[in-house]
Amino acid sequence: MTTAAAVPGAQTGKPKPATMAQALGRALRDSMAEDPSVHVLGEDVGTLGGVFRITDGLAKEFGDDRCTDTPLAEAGILGAAVGMAMYGLRPVVEMQFDAFAYPAFEQLISHVAKMRNRTRGAMPLPITVRVPYGGGIGGVEHHSDSSEAYYMATPGLHVVTPATVDDAYGLLRASIASDDPVIFLEPKRLYWSKAAWSPDAPVPVEPIGRAVVRRSGRSATLITYGPSLPVCLEAAEAAVAEGWDLEVVDLRSLVPFDDETVAASVRRTGRAVVVHESSGFGGPGGEIAARVTERCFHHLEAPVLRVAGFDIPYPAPMLERHHLPGVDRVLDAVARLQWEAQS
Amino acid sequence: MTVQELPGAAAYRPTPPPAWKPLTDPAPLLPDPEPHRVLGTDAAAGADPGLLLRLYAELVRGRRYNVQATALTKQGRLAVYPSSTGQEACEIAAALVLEEQDWLFPSYRDTLAAVARGLDPVEALTLLRGDRHTGYDPREHRIAPLCTPLATQLPHAVGLAHAARLKGDDVVALAMVGDGGTSEGDFHEALNFAAVWKAPVVFLVQNNGFAISVPLAKQTAAPSLAHKAVGYGMPGRLVDGNDAAAVHEVLADAVARARRGEGPTLVEAVTYRMDAHTNADDATRYRVDSEVEAWRAHDPILLLERELTGRGLLDEDGIVAAKEAADVMAAGLRERMNADPVLDPMSLFTHVYAEQTEQLREQAARLRVELDAEQDQHDDNAEERR
Ligand SMILES: Cc1ncc(C[n+]2csc(CCOP(=O)(O)OP(=O)(O)O)c2C)c(N)n1
Repeated sequence: MTTAAAVPGAQTGKPKPATMAQALGRALRDSMAEDPSVHVLGEDVGTLGGVFRITDGLAKEFGDDRCTDTPLAEAGILGAAVGMAMYGLRPVVEMQFDAFAYPAFEQLISHVAKMRNRTRGAMPLPITVRVPYGGGIGGVEHHSDSSEAYYMATPGLHVVTPATVDDAYGLLRASIASDDPVIFLEPKRLYWSKAAWSPDAPVPVEPIGRAVVRRSGRSATLITYGPSLPVCLEAAEAAVAEGWDLEVVDLRSLVPFDDETVAASVRRTGRAVVVHESSGFGGPGGEIAARVTERCFHHLEAPVLRVAGFDIPYPAPMLERHHLPGVDRVLDAVARLQWEAQS
Repeated sequence: MTVQELPGAAAYRPTPPPAWKPLTDPAPLLPDPEPHRVLGTDAAAGADPGLLLRLYAELVRGRRYNVQATALTKQGRLAVYPSSTGQEACEIAAALVLEEQDWLFPSYRDTLAAVARGLDPVEALTLLRGDRHTGYDPREHRIAPLCTPLATQLPHAVGLAHAARLKGDDVVALAMVGDGGTSEGDFHEALNFAAVWKAPVVFLVQNNGFAISVPLAKQTAAPSLAHKAVGYGMPGRLVDGNDAAAVHEVLADAVARARRGEGPTLVEAVTYRMDAHTNADDATRYRVDSEVEAWRAHDPILLLERELTGRGLLDEDGIVAAKEAADVMAAGLRERMNADPVLDPMSLFTHVYAEQTEQLREQAARLRVELDAEQDQHDDNAEERR
């Protein structure tokens, strides 16, 4: 899929609790240390270390030319990254928040996604665009969008989103090493989630595009990614009491989509629910449900259901809990999978 | 081989292209080399004492508002507050310079300008408290929603002003943006449209030194932000943003110019952000205290107070009275903000479309069921406790 498998994991050492934010920072650092063509640019990424401190220390270690505070202009940042990549660098761009990446869409859609195709393969653009996304952190308007569907709908872009500390490191390293542009969606409400992890321990750096089964079960599959993974795992635990043994698949990559892992799981369980927090209508769940149906029709005991955010502008923080799909809504969908009983 | 060296070719003499002449003489558009000042200069004698006193009272209230709102973040009553402490002269002048029919297009930092223009102080804070996005009716006060995506409100201001002029209405739009926001494409497109259309717009850039952590020098290589006006064909004006009288004067000139149909003006107010970017930001990471201290001596309230007391227009009693009035405002704000906002989750589905879609009705019904179940649970628990 990409050159990612060639990226070596790091050395050895004792795992300690680390946050996803730290793992992301370490992935940037290791990528920069290993490959002088890797450059980080964006708003406040230098002295401040980014508003989420992901790039903390990079400017100090690698200098302003490798980790650059740009003027405040997303179209300019990504457009400049296109030129840098055309000249052989590997830019890693930080968009400060999901909704502030929109000015860069012209560059993204008209150039970043299409350059390889337009040049018949002569000019790939190895650009990684890091976008903190999603809600659940009490952000005010324009700070909680889930924009993955827009990116997914644009051929030529990889769309990747980690849900664990390990994956944050591994997938970011793989994305930077990829010869194709990658939209790297960082679930901001998981930035402070912790796991035993050591930058010095061997870290699996897998090629992007592989889903993983986070919990195995027999009665239904929850298909999810990013911020909704912890919700699904919790729901799966709660469902045990109801006699449901749920399998949870973490997609990790939305483009490319791992049909194989997902279909294999649904064929085993015969039932599936897609869970994500972005709006349902025209959202990722529709595509995923259709793919599953196409591949597993004869194995399905019930229609593939979707649990998604409502089809409304992301609400103000005081109401966001009603919008975000939580454990109850997932369990409710699981209950609706008893299709025969219902119909 | 160059052209001149071609055998037999006539010697090449560069001349301008036949049809070229400058569209506009740049000289009158250029900003003054120094920011315009009134307070503490001879020009102050010409300033209207009534206006100065009004500015003073509003400045003191504005400062108190900033302090109170920041305190509310610490008490968990506000999710976030981008303070404009130090920048009150710009905020207040922007509000006071407009006539009732004019429009204000604030950025997310300009709560104070909106309040000074008459918006209910609590309404102005709902966005930052997190109960609703903006919420107020822009037409009521002619204040566009406080705008978070940077510079995106500027083309709106141009369009509105243009529309008003097409309708023959005497309306000026004043749009506010930070120094960082001037780097966005929307800023440049807005200026260009405004100049080409001769739209009655005033652009006020509050250059407070930083865009979060990024200092002006990393934002622009222009001599000043006001200089950017020239390239678009509109005048650029530089003003001391802490001198309320000067900001008011420069904005009043620009508004009058717009009203006369002479087109837009770009005003750069040189000021300083005394607090961090928001209460969530750590300014010690990117700036030194000595810089902040230097600006403290150039505080907008201090400058105006000196002028007014020096000329006998304000005495100790007047200062105390202004403070007391501000305290009353702050107490009211505190009290009202201390009440939990009552929000109906079902409101999530209203105002998405003029007419609710079938899909939204379904989703609303689902939420209704959830909320009822939650309520039942709540009642049962209460029952058990009894
Ligand atoms: C399009 C866009 N990009 C990024 C941001 C994130 N952001 C919020 S405020 C800010 C800095 C703004 O600086 P400036 O324009 O100078 O205004 P100030 O905060 O100083 O008032 C940034 C980068 C945003 N709100 N909108």
